[in-house]
Amino acid sequence: MSRQRVNTSPPSAVPGLTKVGGRPPLGAYLADVVRHREFIQALARFRIEADNGRNRLGMAWVVLRPLLNAGVYGLVFGFVLQTSRGVDDFVAFLVIGVLMFEYFSTSFSTGAKSITTNAALVQSLAFPRMALPLALVAERFLQFVPMVGVMAAFAIGYGNLPDLEWLLLVPLVALFTVFNTGLALITARLTVHFRDLTNLLPFISRMFFYTSGIFYSIDQRFDPGTTFRTVADAQPIHEFLSLGRAVLLDGPDYAMPWHFWGYAAAWSVAVLVLGTIFFWAAEERYGRTD
Amino acid sequence: MAGPTESPLGDPRGAGDARRPVVVVDDVHVEYKVLSTGKRAGPAETGRRLLQRSGGTRTVHALKGVSFTAYENDSIGVIGSNGSGKSTLMRAITGLTPTSRGSIHAASRPSMLGVGAALIKDLSGERNVILGGLALGLSRAEIEAKYEDIVDFSGIRDFIDLPMRTYSSGMTARLKFAIATARDHEILIVDEALAVGDQAFRQRSEARIREIRDGAGTVFLVSHSMRSIRDTCNRVLWIDRGVLVMDGATDEVVDAYEQSRSTP
Repeated sequence: MSRQRVNTSPPSAVPGLTKVGGRPPLGAYLADVVRHREFIQALARFRIEADNGRNRLGMAWVVLRPLLNAGVYGLVFGFVLQTSRGVDDFVAFLVIGVLMFEYFSTSFSTGAKSITTNAALVQSLAFPRMALPLALVAERFLQFVPMVGVMAAFAIGYGNLPDLEWLLLVPLVALFTVFNTGLALITARLTVHFRDLTNLLPFISRMFFYTSGIFYSIDQRFDPGTTFRTVADAQPIHEFLSLGRAVLLDGPDYAMPWHFWGYAAAWSVAVLVLGTIFFWAAEERYGRTD
Repeated sequence: MAGPTESPLGDPRGAGDARRPVVVVDDVHVEYKVLSTGKRAGPAETGRRLLQRSGGTRTVHALKGVSFTAYENDSIGVIGSNGSGKSTLMRAITGLTPTSRGSIHAASRPSMLGVGAALIKDLSGERNVILGGLALGLSRAEIEAKYEDIVDFSGIRDFIDLPMRTYSSGMTARLKFAIATARDHEILIVDEALAVGDQAFRQRSEARIREIRDGAGTVFLVSHSMRSIRDTCNRVLWIDRGVLVMDGATDEVVDAYEQSRSTP
């Protein structure tokens, strides 16, 4: 190299040295993330263990908390406001809706804080920062797996026996996890730039809660062609909930909306790809204290 | 590459040192933009009331053009008063704090001795050894292999199954040090970690640091204890208000530093 100055050592002048703190190319970065998979797993498992360790009922709370939630919503909306009218197996319908929504909303809100609440960790150790939001979604995933069992138990309790269609739970949970991961990556970076977002996210989450048809049936209340129905059908959360109910519950109201699989898959892949690139692009930014 | 290795700045032995450079810090500036709340200290601000919001962002220029080159087997002390920029410089070398201007090149990624932030207080010591090891980049198998050594070094074998929140601060510090030094470091930065634990543990940890240095490593030691700097370092950087004031052999720099402090 021809560039030589007196007082400095240009990067190329020192053989064998590489620049510190530069952002690696995407491929190398993702390989580094894969190398840290044991760390991600351990972080997720140990955090759950630590959270439950101090409660007397421990792990049982993972299942009890959302069920109590579903109980409250069932009482208020189903019983008091009568949103259950005309919905087959309303309790199973509601439980599937609440539990699946919980997976989305906790990934969304805690994923957003994954970098900001771990500032000390980010500033003291070198590892791909993507490990933090990934560990959070992994933690939610581990908590969601027993929920799938609870949802299945409610479905069976209302006379919907397991059939071959239940195997679709596997791709459904996989797609939902991909979607939640992508979303967590996006919100994790956004929160680093705009701390105020943590105040806004609960409202966004609540808006999805009321508009995704958790305690009422969108299909029954809005005819095809109405604006709300069109928006709701294009909206991933509603698609995931409908698919979950169609897989687990029988009856004419729960016929499989096959086109939703295409939409949900497209959403998931798009959000994950976008989230990965968006998160990676600011890798150097996460360690800064301002 | 053309030409001989040029003599980088700040080499205390002058030009022509044939050892391999491992860290080259070149005119590094670090600036923080901080949202300042409250009143800024200043002599002529009598007109403003304390409760009046006088915020806005303020730029803190933590490092103002620091340059030096570290060689293999160097053991470099970093001294300076509180807030002089020592820790910022060290974090910049590890790549954790981005530089605003200038560049840092290293033979391998320097690592900070410290794993505390990765640990979870509600978990047992045993779980934390695993978690801390993974956070440092060790594999599960490597941690299994080193587990006994880590526990022995920490000296808390009897309590390793108890949650870390029940440990005394000394015990916690020992466990953290034991985990952090379990990994092989080529370029290691030790920021005030030697002041923990009792006398016996301090001696053992200083010995461990020397071991790392002798194993082909380069060690940076940030400390306010001139005794441990004199004991472990062959070269010292003195930093004051973000500027590298002096860079040279240990005795020379430490003497000058101590003199500057005794004559205000």
